[in-house]
Amino acid sequence: MSEHMDTAHHGPAKGWTRWILTTNHKDIGTLYLVFSLIMLFVGGSMAFVIRAELFQPGLQLVVPEFFNQMTTMHGLIMVFGAVMPAFVGLANWQVPLMIGAPDMALPRLNNWSFWILPFAFAMLLSTLFMAGGAPDFGWTFYAPLSTTYAPPSVTFFIFAIHMMGISSIMGAINIIVTIFNMRAPGMKMMDLPLFVWTWLITAFLLIAVMPVLAAVVTMMLMDVHFGTSFFNAAGGGDPVLFQHVFWFFAHPEVYIMVLPAFGVVSQIVPTFSRKPLFGYHSMVYATAAIAVMSFIVWAHHMFTVGMPLTGELFFMYTTMLIAVPTGVKVFNWVSTMFKGSMTFETPMLFAIAFIVLFTIGGLSGLMLAIAPADFQYHDTYFVVAHFHYVLVPGSVFGIIAGVYYWLPKWCGKMYNEKLGQLHFWLSFIGVNLTFFPMHFVGLAGMPRRIPDYALQFADFNMITSLGAFLFGTTQLLFVYIIIKTVRSGKAAEQLPWDGAKGLEWSVPTPAPYHTFSTPPVVGEK
Amino acid sequence: MKRWFNLTTPSGLICAVCVMFAFGFMLVPLYDVFCEVTGLNGKTKGQYQGDVISSNSERMITIQFVANRNANLPWDFSPQQEEIALKLGERKQTSFEIKNTYDRAVIAQAIPSVSPAVAADYLNKVECFCFQKQPLEASESKQFPLVFFLDPALPEHITKLTLSYTLFDISETATASAR
Repeated sequence: MSEHMDTAHHGPAKGWTRWILTTNHKDIGTLYLVFSLIMLFVGGSMAFVIRAELFQPGLQLVVPEFFNQMTTMHGLIMVFGAVMPAFVGLANWQVPLMIGAPDMALPRLNNWSFWILPFAFAMLLSTLFMAGGAPDFGWTFYAPLSTTYAPPSVTFFIFAIHMMGISSIMGAINIIVTIFNMRAPGMKMMDLPLFVWTWLITAFLLIAVMPVLAAVVTMMLMDVHFGTSFFNAAGGGDPVLFQHVFWFFAHPEVYIMVLPAFGVVSQIVPTFSRKPLFGYHSMVYATAAIAVMSFIVWAHHMFTVGMPLTGELFFMYTTMLIAVPTGVKVFNWVSTMFKGSMTFETPMLFAIAFIVLFTIGGLSGLMLAIAPADFQYHDTYFVVAHFHYVLVPGSVFGIIAGVYYWLPKWCGKMYNEKLGQLHFWLSFIGVNLTFFPMHFVGLAGMPRRIPDYALQFADFNMITSLGAFLFGTTQLLFVYIIIKTVRSGKAAEQLPWDGAKGLEWSVPTPAPYHTFSTPPVVGEK
Repeated sequence: MKRWFNLTTPSGLICAVCVMFAFGFMLVPLYDVFCEVTGLNGKTKGQYQGDVISSNSERMITIQFVANRNANLPWDFSPQQEEIALKLGERKQTSFEIKNTYDRAVIAQAIPSVSPAVAADYLNKVECFCFQKQPLEASESKQFPLVFFLDPALPEHITKLTLSYTLFDISETATASAR
């Protein structure tokens, strides 16, 4: 440390190599967030193709093969490229600031875990230009569609998944080590802000399930290239095994994508209600309970594979049980707002929309959890409506809320509140217009992942498409607001939100390149 | 000089990652063990060793035979009899015919499955063509025997069961692994 003394207050390195070589948690956080914003638009443009094709029944714009590639790539990019890196970006910025640490515990690893991502996604996107086309087997890449019948580009897909997995695992290790070892003196685990808690639990989920994803794609690789038969019945394997291993990863994965959003909302709601969070301890335990239970519900994604009745019942009941801790969280957020002196700035609007719309998504999840009913809903647009409700106004709104909330501290400028509210209302209307009608067409029996549909679904699909175009273009406004804020926003105050509590608000605005070089003391008044 | 952080936490976490990666592969044998123990999935057991378990029961069970070809292979594959009625503990023999309609030699493998799945454990195959890879010359046609009996402990509610075979062309993988 001593050789650093004289340069303790140096700023960032000059020139573009700063971004390549940086080990600063704030720089890397920014890189993650910008990367995920770019991926949001890449994945969004694919959704645009999907919705344009589904605007009317019949085949107008794309061939079915390309449509399948679009649905697959849209899912993969949004999950692994937009939502997950955005949360890692928020964690990079906020975790050290919120626990009073000077940086992440493993800064070189941090740099590496980010810089793997652009290569992974360049590899994944390059498959669009290959002979045979991009992966077209759905983001769930069920065998044998992804093995026996896969396009040749599946190998690139497998290695891209491997790289994303390594990046996520390294990021998760870094976050856990930081939280365990670098808290400000006097800060106990039960003093941690809820965003930090949710990320700690998320990081453990990542460490538990990303290696399982790596294992399942490795098995695919061996089936495709080395003559093994993990998922090939002809050689004694079993395609249903693929679904079990995949969902053993992918069900915790859905909580990986939403727990940090719970954390963000748990920071924002108390600030704008000017009350401490209701039931802090129950929030922590509920999050942990959700995480633990996420490991024993995976087969509710595969009720129709022919499970025995006992299996169906087990997974049905455990799935419904998850609604209990989730309900605790929603109750606590609402109770935090109860009798608070609330104001409705943009972050709060997004947070409230999160609570309302995530709950709608949760309720349709409960409907899907009912095994006998699921046979009707399975693989219909009802499922699409459900998981988009929990992921778009869930995770994505959580991320947007977090960005609006912390942006003044990050760049020292205040965003334009009027534009922020416009962005919120257009997004809110767009998102509901897009995904709500999907419930109806799903219940009426429209299957997912098809480029054409029966005439009876035409009107609702047109509404959905119009909503999607509105929601998509509205996000350009988000980019405009961010750029305008960073370039020419009004200077933000030291404490931009008067109800905000926590160490991150104790640093100057904008947050200097190096913060908490001397650890703050917590717990003494 | 003391490092300002220690490596205990990261190395523990890296171990956890390796364990979970191994666990991913462990799920494959675990899945088979689970299916075997619970009798799920309709997977039949391997070759039956030992004597036929006889019984005095007069209960008649119908067993139906289904022959499928994977991925619409243009072969002929059919059971000699579509169904057989038998008593519990009664040894029966039947056969399946496979005709290779290709003008090249192939290696085929039949994978059995029993429905309802709970009955799979009580169907004992003394001899079955499904235990081996079956090489067939171009345009060759062969009769393959199946010798079996039903365990007298077959649950009361089962009166009819289906034994289905799916025939796979494994020439590619069989020759690849032989190389």
